[in-house]
Amino acid sequence: MNESPSNPATQRGVAVRVRGLCKRLQGTPVLQDIDLDVAPGEIFVIMGPSGSGKSVLLRHLSGLMEPDAGEVLVGGQPVRAPELMPDYRLAMVFQSGALLNSLTVGENVGLFLREHRLKPPAEIARIVAEKLAVVGLKGQEHKLPAELSGGMKKRAAIARALVIDPQLILYDEPTSELDPVSASVIAEEIVRLQRRIGVTSIVVSHDRDLVFGIADRLAVISGGRILAVGTPARIRAHPNAELQAFLNVDFQFPSLKQTV
Amino acid sequence: MFESIGEMALLFFRTLGSLPQVWRQRHKVCEQFFEIGNASLLMVCILSFFIGGVICLLTGPVLVERGLASSIGGLVGISMCKELAPVMMSILIAGRIGSAMAAEIGSMQVYQEIDALRTMNINPIHYLVLPRLVAIAVALPLLVVFAILIGWGGGSLVAALNHQISISFQSFFANLRDFVTVGNVANGLLKSFVFALVIAVVSCHQGLKTIGGPRGIGRSVTKAVVNCIVMIVILDYFLTRLTL
Repeated sequence: MNESPSNPATQRGVAVRVRGLCKRLQGTPVLQDIDLDVAPGEIFVIMGPSGSGKSVLLRHLSGLMEPDAGEVLVGGQPVRAPELMPDYRLAMVFQSGALLNSLTVGENVGLFLREHRLKPPAEIARIVAEKLAVVGLKGQEHKLPAELSGGMKKRAAIARALVIDPQLILYDEPTSELDPVSASVIAEEIVRLQRRIGVTSIVVSHDRDLVFGIADRLAVISGGRILAVGTPARIRAHPNAELQAFLNVDFQFPSLKQTV
Repeated sequence: MFESIGEMALLFFRTLGSLPQVWRQRHKVCEQFFEIGNASLLMVCILSFFIGGVICLLTGPVLVERGLASSIGGLVGISMCKELAPVMMSILIAGRIGSAMAAEIGSMQVYQEIDALRTMNINPIHYLVLPRLVAIAVALPLLVVFAILIGWGGGSLVAALNHQISISFQSFFANLRDFVTVGNVANGLLKSFVFALVIAVVSCHQGLKTIGGPRGIGRSVTKAVVNCIVMIVILDYFLTRLTL
């Protein structure tokens, strides 16, 4: 992969710029002096061990959290709380899917259009069916989220994000708690969307297979600090010992059983 | 505590500010209204019937002994509509509906559903708090009207059947009509309206503040119900003082 995002002709994503971002939670520094640049239409992955501050960083990018210091610019504008109707279209796919449990899958997917009265009901139903088909959930409109598997919930959440027609999609641990087959379906979906609509995608994950499979560029974060930013090839060759330890740790459960 | 009161006041005024959105949210208001009425009507009837009966049972024999049998209807009538129906029904609704509000919103908060709403530019106050506040503000006074009527019925039945009291239905209600004014009933309805706002705001606030998974949801529900009951009892004193 190369440093610049793919398919520049179809790009309609927005650039994301983070400068000097700091956040403390209950007195503990969670993010320290974070600087990042994400190009329009790029798949940018933020990778790091659990508790390193990845999800908190993502919440700052979405405007769900305010920084103690520093700034986040999306499309050149300071990020605002989502309900303040920012000028760019943002969608977020949460780790759990975060579908509203009291609504059906179809109602969840069409919620944005329905609540903002952007389309008549028949048109919303058509769009919902179309977006569900895109993520392989054709005909699942009438099911409740409780009736879906983890992978299906995440795909429904992606369909809900697509309805917004986003310029920026944020994915929080999109393959966590999924079996390898479902995880690869989600990974393909992320890449396909970026290729098809040129959306800027920022993915938070600690799944190394996913990260190196989909990233145009990636940042490795540890202890609330950025250790390295670059293409997957550059990151693999990076001299930082902590980074290499994270990348090269090899879990082999059968051998663990023999040695522990 | 003062921080929470401030947050609740802010939530209340923000919800009031979103009242023009109520027509857009009418389906959710109706859903909530049905939920409150359907879930509570039977309990309201049972509770108020026995409350009316108990007041009559406790006060009737004493009043009869002192030659004040003609005051029993008035006593039951006024105590039901000015105090017992609004306060007891509000406490019942705080337990039944306030807890459900705190649990539902708390669960949505914990499982990031509210964050998902926010990322879709859907204001949680418009979507979640407003329909609940409007529905309970209409439903609780209506339930209190039911409670008053059933409570009077319970009192009159005990007055007629208890051998120490033995007052006919006619004389019970004739006496009740002499004492109870429309103003007394309006007084009870005003109280229940204020208590309804308290239940909605306290419960939704606790729900929105929920952190920490299922245990956090449980904590929020308990806090919501306890805070509602404490605030209802405290406000009841001041409202009674104000309307004396």
